[in-house]
Amino acid sequence: MLEISRGLHDKIVAHARADHPDEACGVLAGPAGADRPERFVPMTNAARSPTFYEFDSTEQFRVWREMDERDEEPVVIYHSHTATEAYPSRTDIALAMEPGSHYVLVSTRDEEKTEFRSYRILDGQVTEEPVTVVE
Amino acid sequence: MAIEVRIPTILRTYTDGAKQVEGTGSTLGEVLADLDSRHGGLRDRLVDGGGLRRFVNVYLNDEDVRFLDGLDTPVKDGDTVTVLPAVAGGALFI
Repeated sequence: MLEISRGLHDKIVAHARADHPDEACGVLAGPAGADRPERFVPMTNAARSPTFYEFDSTEQFRVWREMDERDEEPVVIYHSHTATEAYPSRTDIALAMEPGSHYVLVSTRDEEKTEFRSYRILDGQVTEEPVTVVE
Repeated sequence: MAIEVRIPTILRTYTDGAKQVEGTGSTLGEVLADLDSRHGGLRDRLVDGGGLRRFVNVYLNDEDVRFLDGLDTPVKDGDTVTVLPAVAGGALFI
């Protein structure tokens, strides 16, 4: 299950909307071992594409080192799909390399309604999990 | 001559769970070969026929080695090599 504050949920949605039609991406950092997202870290999509995302490698180094220094981990890794559903693609599954993270997928394919779903991806297996937004 | 190599979670199966291992060599390529002699299979996760694998980031101290000399990047005693899997994906089938 993913428990996420309204504030963080809305920041992810706003980021996805702002970058549409390119895919948006980022991280929610939280204290190591607590499974609690606390800090919003939007990332540059170095691919700047409507169908692909990749963290800029230098930016990723900086963010990962900062999390290490703060004793945090990437609790959530999020990205958006801009024309397809908020479900992990084969590419998403093949490239998921953080076994401890919740993978949040957002879809901005509809102008009015943003889809927001969360998954665990382990050894090529996708398991959807419920999302609880805490007001 | 000791080079500290930081290992991401997903590759710690090769290091018996260690977050950090030590290697020796005068280039990044040599250090990875040295590590592979004690942690068999690790090098294959980082390198393929053409050099560093596409979705693996390797840094020498603060710099992505793709901006240096890749596997030929010289290393010296006290340097830190960090490996991070790239975070990537998307709707596109690659």
